[in-house]
Amino acid sequence: MPQPEGLLYSKEHEWAKFDGDVATVGITDYAQNSLGDIVYVELPRVGSAVAQFASIGVVESVKAVSDLFSPVGGEVVEDNATLEADPAAVNRDPYGAGWLYKVKVSDLAQRGLLMSAADYDAMVAATGT
Amino acid sequence: MPETPAKETRASEVTRLTNAVTSDVSTGDLRGSTQPAGQVPLIFETGETGRANRYFPNGRSLEEFLPAHVLRGALPLPDNSELEVVRHFTKLSQRTFSIDTGFYPLGSCTMKYNPKVNDAMANLPGFRDLHPFAPDELAQGALAVMYDLQSYLAELFGMAQFSLNPAAGAHAELAALLIAKAHFAKRGTSKERTTVIVPDTAHGTNPASAAMVGYKVVSLKSDARGRVGVEDLRAVLGPDTAVCMMTNPNTLGLFEDRIHEIAAAVHEAGGLMYYDGANANALMGNARPGDMGFDLMHLNLHKTFSIPHGGGGAGHGPVGVAEHLVEFLPTPVVTRRTGGEQPAYALDFERPASIGPMRSFWSNFAHAVRALTYILANGGEGLGEISRLAVLNANYLRVKLRDVLEIPYDEVCRHEFVASAQPLKRATGVRALDIAKALLDRGFHAPTIYFPLLVPECLMIEPTETESKETLDAFAATLRAIVEAARTDPESVTEAPVRTLVGRLDETRAARQPNLRWS
Amino acid sequence: MYTPHTQSDIEQMLETVGVPTLEALLRVPDAVALKRRLDLPEALPETLLVERLNAYALQNKALGHTSFLGAGAYRHYCPPVVGSLAMRGEFLTAYTPYQAEVSQGYLQAIYEWQTYVCLLTGLDIANASVYDGATALAEGAIMAVNATGRRAILVSKAVHPNYRAVLRTYAHGMELEVEELPLAADGTTDVAKLDAKLADKRFAAVALQSPNFFGAIDVPGAAARAALASSGTIPIAVVAEAMSLGALAPPAAWGAQIAVGEAQSFGVAVAYGGPYVGFIAAGTEHMRRIPGRLVGRTVDGEGRPAYTLTLQAREQHIRREKATSNICTNQAHCALIATIYLAALGASGLRRCATLNVERAHALAERVARVPGFTRAFSAPSFNEVAIEVPHGMTAGGVLAALQEKRILGGVDLGRWYPEFGRCMLTAATELTTDAEIEQLGRALEAIVAERKEAVRA
Ligand SMILES: Cc1ncc(COP(=O)(O)O)c(C=O)c1O
Repeated sequence: MPQPEGLLYSKEHEWAKFDGDVATVGITDYAQNSLGDIVYVELPRVGSAVAQFASIGVVESVKAVSDLFSPVGGEVVEDNATLEADPAAVNRDPYGAGWLYKVKVSDLAQRGLLMSAADYDAMVAATGT
Repeated sequence: MPETPAKETRASEVTRLTNAVTSDVSTGDLRGSTQPAGQVPLIFETGETGRANRYFPNGRSLEEFLPAHVLRGALPLPDNSELEVVRHFTKLSQRTFSIDTGFYPLGSCTMKYNPKVNDAMANLPGFRDLHPFAPDELAQGALAVMYDLQSYLAELFGMAQFSLNPAAGAHAELAALLIAKAHFAKRGTSKERTTVIVPDTAHGTNPASAAMVGYKVVSLKSDARGRVGVEDLRAVLGPDTAVCMMTNPNTLGLFEDRIHEIAAAVHEAGGLMYYDGANANALMGNARPGDMGFDLMHLNLHKTFSIPHGGGGAGHGPVGVAEHLVEFLPTPVVTRRTGGEQPAYALDFERPASIGPMRSFWSNFAHAVRALTYILANGGEGLGEISRLAVLNANYLRVKLRDVLEIPYDEVCRHEFVASAQPLKRATGVRALDIAKALLDRGFHAPTIYFPLLVPECLMIEPTETESKETLDAFAATLRAIVEAARTDPESVTEAPVRTLVGRLDETRAARQPNLRWS
Repeated sequence: MYTPHTQSDIEQMLETVGVPTLEALLRVPDAVALKRRLDLPEALPETLLVERLNAYALQNKALGHTSFLGAGAYRHYCPPVVGSLAMRGEFLTAYTPYQAEVSQGYLQAIYEWQTYVCLLTGLDIANASVYDGATALAEGAIMAVNATGRRAILVSKAVHPNYRAVLRTYAHGMELEVEELPLAADGTTDVAKLDAKLADKRFAAVALQSPNFFGAIDVPGAAARAALASSGTIPIAVVAEAMSLGALAPPAAWGAQIAVGEAQSFGVAVAYGGPYVGFIAAGTEHMRRIPGRLVGRTVDGEGRPAYTLTLQAREQHIRREKATSNICTNQAHCALIATIYLAALGASGLRRCATLNVERAHALAERVARVPGFTRAFSAPSFNEVAIEVPHGMTAGGVLAALQEKRILGGVDLGRWYPEFGRCMLTAATELTTDAEIEQLGRALEAIVAERKEAVRA
């Protein structure tokens, strides 16, 4: 499925949606699909500082764990508390209800290091699967 | 050993019983016994309050001795009659696959026969009822058991000394890495020596143990021969190298035939060599880690030395070291003083350089008795022959399965080998997981699957030396039949198991809505 | 060798493999080949084997003695039904239940064990087991470190010295700080200054043992609990004598968020120190941080209830260097023994047994206190162990040695770990301790006092 427009993407299959200097972060449909049934998401603490592309948490499926690499750096201002009870939201609606956390971005120039939807699609297509 | 399929197929659409397995082979009593059907209620759902067993005399009440505020109120445990308890656990046992019920070719776990005489010896009152704080002079027999076992292990594996302190393999890995840390601290280099090198075929406990000692883990890719490439290793060695952890034969069942070069390179870089002894059944009595340049090692006595796994433990994981590391062994160390009429054995706690104790008491002693019994029953020659026959069995099965499944590293293996269902999956959609489940339907335990991680759709098969040619033939024939079924009627395999008590489980539900206790 | 191969099997199999000899299968490079014949014993037939092992066992002369040894390993009555069920080969020779469909029985037993631990500790969840009580404490401390992000642990000096030593071994590897809380005069932990200690919010956890190493019931009062709650420090309860859970208020009742301990008392032999069975229980909030195996209840494809290993993504085989712990093999079979033991005794049996422990220890303390010069070292109420102070001019070590001459193992010398208690010995009684044994101890101590008087006079 083609990626939604208006979002920026990382090589590690996360997306970021900017609203001023706050970015909402999630994982892509491709990522949720290859992970399978997600059972738990470990999110960064609200108030903590994250660096762009640093590992900040994990997504667990039944028998696999994947690191989450933050596509943006700054301060975590909110996390999606509903995922605790309903981690399946990440599978159902990765770009909506399955969002992970929000970051007050330290430097908007970080956007330059992310991909457009088209570039991300191309990257995924090149991976083959 | 873990089972890590990428993605589980839901088994909800399975129609049970209707798809009788067509190409079954008759394996007679070689298969695991059929498990009785039906649910067993939880022990908490049976019994009646007041249905008590009279094990103890009546007497005074707690309130006569202790103030009320320290006492507990309700004790919400069930009261069952002894017969109810007997039926309950007998039924649970009948619903448990074991070596005693059938062939258990679980790779890397060495599911060999566990001789009953070992259990009988561990249960001798002189061992069973001996308190750990019994004074040394009244515990000479137990200390002698420990001393003799650790000495035999040292000779068998070429180490200067073993300590029986750690409880299992992973626990011994932790002890060994603490020893390494102490070694570097003594040389003043523990700040620089920060990394542990772990091949990609390594068991998960290796990197997990390294992390518990604060080491950074460097993962090393295997080369085209499924082994550690000396050049690749050299590229990651440096002044930061603390330890290189190796399993030999590795978890592909392949002997690391350049081990002496590897050890030399690691030593040259100032690092230590660690031997993960989970696969010691492949070389015991025939070659020794000490001669290969290993400085540290562990054994899983619950694999190689026939200690029963007991459904996941207890194990016993002695840690062995070369001469220059003896001072760091965990406390207590069993010592032997000669000179008197009889040798005197003692627990030595006064070891200033020691990493300290790893556990409450001295060892998983009852298992030390079992392991010693096993060594004495087989003798040095016998132990060597055991390894040779374990390797023969694995190779025989490998050759028998050559035209059934892909054998990615098809050369003489040691005590185990890996097969891959990748081509079969491409052709039919049937995966290693499905083959494993189909084996359960046919009375065999499954091999270890999806480990080691570098072989896709992998089945890791370790028959052990205690299985007969007939059993191996039956197993090979069954696997062949399953693969044929995969080609003609793949659903009959992907829907397996259908003859077990329950079908494939909803593991997603188990993890999303964890229910970890009755309430 | 327990191998079924006939010579002709071996020949046929070698031929199939295409290798001439067994030795050829195991060939290694010359550089690492075995250089000599190994110096190991000859094989023994089973008749001689049994004799040999018996000879070792008979050297354990402690068995002919009356024993009051405890200190973390307890001699309790185990009904024969427990061993007869637990030693069934299906339980004994199963591996970790990775293939749930053929392991429902064992999985259910572990689920029952987890439930028993929850019911006994009052906490929400429990794991399948860890190695023993001491490693349970170390693993519990690591859970608290991961939960709080803090890197120091406060542990009471009244926690079993071996447990504290193991905690230090683990802490050294992880570069965690360990500090100790002092003792109060009554034999409990001095928590008067806890408030001040916790003020800088440096401690991930405070570990308290009850009954503590001296046998004293040792739970924090209201003030200490308030200090714990406001500092965000996780209270860890240590239970080294699980039998006490049948009588005393559970750890959750005083606010413990994590309970760790040793369940050897539930039917597991003392066996010179192992194998035993460590347990960890905790509040649900710690579910993803608890180490080791967990069994969960779910359903199969047809909706039938079934059990499986779950939340495995915490564990080393999936998370590798990021796992909650490195533990793989645990102490499942000892946990099974404990489960069967608890099922056999039931609530009424366990409570009765625990009550007898208290009663026997009481009788022991009373009898010993009637010996001139012997007193209880501490005033706090105790469970089944009492610390006894020997008369001035004697040492605990000296008294214990003199008792040993009279074939009595009177307990352990507290001076071994606490130099200030060189005149104290820790003495245990259980439901198996008889009036006659207590009287034997009392008379022996009286004789020792009398002999000493003689010696002083002479
Ligand atoms: C290769 C390897 N290393 C280490 C271990 C860990 O040993 P244990 O389970 O005794 O802790 C295992 C056990 O499965 C293993 O197969």
